[in-house]
Amino acid sequence: MDIYIFGQQLVNGLVLGSTYGLIAVGYTMVYGIIGMINFAHGEIYMISAYLTAIFLALLAGFGLHSVPVVLLLVLLCTLFLTALYGWSVERIAYRPLRHSNRLAPLISAIGISLILQNYIRISQGARNQGVPPVLEGVWRIPAQAVEQQFVQITYQQSLIVITALASMALLTWVIHHTALGRACRATQQDRVMANLLGVDTDRIISVVFVMGAAMAAVAGMLVTLNYGSFDFYIGFLMGIKAFTAAVLGGIGSLPGAMLGGVVLGLAESFFAGFVNSDYKDVFAFSLLILFLIFRPSGFLGVPEVEKV
Amino acid sequence: MWARWWMACRVGAIALLLLAPMVGAVLSGYQIETHWQRPLWLALAVTVGTFFCSWLLQHIGWFDRFGGRAASSTPAVTIGQSGPRPLWILLAMALAIALPFVVGKYGMSVAILALIYILLGLGLNIVVGLAGLLDLGFVAFYAVGAYTYALGYHYWQLSFWLALPLGALLAGLFGMVLGFPVLRLHGDYLAIVTLGFGEIIRLVLNNWVAVTGGPNGVSVVFPTLFGLEFNRRAKQGGTPIHEFFGISYSSDHRAIFLYFLLLAVVGLLIIMVIRLKRMPIGRAWEALRENEVACRSLGIHHVTVKLSAFGLGAMVGGIGGVFFAALQGFVNPSSFTFFESAYILAIVVLGGMGSTTGVIAAAMVLTVLPELLRDFSDYRVLSVGIAMVLMMVWRPRGLRQRRRPFFALPTAAEENRAAALVPGVDGR
Repeated sequence: MDIYIFGQQLVNGLVLGSTYGLIAVGYTMVYGIIGMINFAHGEIYMISAYLTAIFLALLAGFGLHSVPVVLLLVLLCTLFLTALYGWSVERIAYRPLRHSNRLAPLISAIGISLILQNYIRISQGARNQGVPPVLEGVWRIPAQAVEQQFVQITYQQSLIVITALASMALLTWVIHHTALGRACRATQQDRVMANLLGVDTDRIISVVFVMGAAMAAVAGMLVTLNYGSFDFYIGFLMGIKAFTAAVLGGIGSLPGAMLGGVVLGLAESFFAGFVNSDYKDVFAFSLLILFLIFRPSGFLGVPEVEKV
Repeated sequence: MWARWWMACRVGAIALLLLAPMVGAVLSGYQIETHWQRPLWLALAVTVGTFFCSWLLQHIGWFDRFGGRAASSTPAVTIGQSGPRPLWILLAMALAIALPFVVGKYGMSVAILALIYILLGLGLNIVVGLAGLLDLGFVAFYAVGAYTYALGYHYWQLSFWLALPLGALLAGLFGMVLGFPVLRLHGDYLAIVTLGFGEIIRLVLNNWVAVTGGPNGVSVVFPTLFGLEFNRRAKQGGTPIHEFFGISYSSDHRAIFLYFLLLAVVGLLIIMVIRLKRMPIGRAWEALRENEVACRSLGIHHVTVKLSAFGLGAMVGGIGGVFFAALQGFVNPSSFTFFESAYILAIVVLGGMGSTTGVIAAAMVLTVLPELLRDFSDYRVLSVGIAMVLMMVWRPRGLRQRRRPFFALPTAAEENRAAALVPGVDGR
């Protein structure tokens, strides 16, 4: 096996995996707190990709060209609006169904997913969109390499991994060391009891959706800057992949989401590199099915016990 | 009054924030075109709409009358006599039989498509509506059926009449194999696994070019009736049907044939579902949907019961696929996207999950309406999505109170006593 190809797939896998991990956070937190798969989460990611491109174009129109300032402003605007989309989705489609039967929120999520996709298709057009490269440049290891004998890391890729790690660290800190985080954990453990003890659980559930959407926004922006191209349908595939990552890591577990993301990213990347790139999605979905069958609690999850 | 305006304005402001970048700034290349009026008008519409909806809901009590939040606390199944009156059934049958002689060629193709969707809707209804299992990859079984016929004909000259049971069996087998391990898990996992499975099937059909022809698809031959062909000249070694009966050739014959065949299959399926609902297995499905833990403690084996519903639904999907292949004369993977699954799910949801009549009506509306409103085809999926969400928020159990047949208790006094003994049966 060529060590350089191996190294390159390792890098690609890590980059892919950290975006999966960021999106998986949204699935895992929502699942942990209300026990529901938020099928519209992939569309939230897709919306953040569009918002990134729109704000990039807007800022370029205003004549801003300093890369760090542009990236920071785009990140803030995208983060805020995507989080608002996440909040609205929860408010419109899930909150009224809080006490409904088990199937209703899932179906409503599918409905929201169709709505968001077609809202974007109608307002922005069905064609493929793109963003210009913002951050260009690569590192090569070793630096003085000859003819393909190197592992290449672009600045974009390192930005993805660093930002993903930083956001995960921030989120973990919020969950473990703030009053809000304590309320989130309390709601996750026992919603009724938390409510009795004065936690506004409806608000906490909203907050969880907002946090998930914010993480998806970070991922959406980074991936858009890296690949430069997207359309209104990207959320579907990314959604299933990220959910797979959440299941791999153990759904409901925050570090599990990141771990699952990285494992899935690496597995997919190596499969594409060494086996067959046509079937890499099939491989990822098969992994999901196999995990659900043989180890539904994932790497870090706890086995689920149904309460009466 | 002012409080309500204030609320509406806040909703409008949020809508403006959400809409402004998306609707107001359209990406074209790396530039954007701005349309500042559009988000403003839309946000204004949202504000006024919110105000009037909130006013209406409070003053007319419309919300309560249509169930509203109370819907979730009312029992899912009320006791009473079942189904539409025989007169209506006769009328519907007469209409269905008369239809091919009234509508033209185009009308027939819509009618056949509607029947296929009714078939698929009824199949998925067994899984989602009766057993309460969310299947998001129903299209996979549809694809298995369609490709059984297409590839079967391509490689082994399999006839339609053999492909029909074979496609159903194969789809059912796929359903069983997929469902068996997953159905032991928490219900939501089934949704995501079926979603993944649907994509796997589509990707394999798309990428395995050597066998399936990939995106180019496979062509399918039209079915024959006891060796009689529907072509002008015999191509498959049989006799053309118009020569056999001594009538002149018409391309309408094949549409009429397919229509009546489908009508018969749908009719059989309806009868089967009605019978199943009254049988222990059907009652076990509905009971499991309502409370799995209670059912298991009463000795119902949840995996087997769910698997029977899932497999049966998959079989119906397979039959639908064989018919779809015969209708199109050609199959390729682009007919089997996730959107197709979502559309069939929408039929079941809008039909009021579990109601046979509702599913039939929803399938007809969702196939005929887009044909009538071709100018608004961009908004078709959007409205389906909105309808799904509204349906779940307002009437998660369907527009009509579902009834099911029972053994009537002789007197009111006895009924009261029984209700007192079994709390919950009378709706509290």
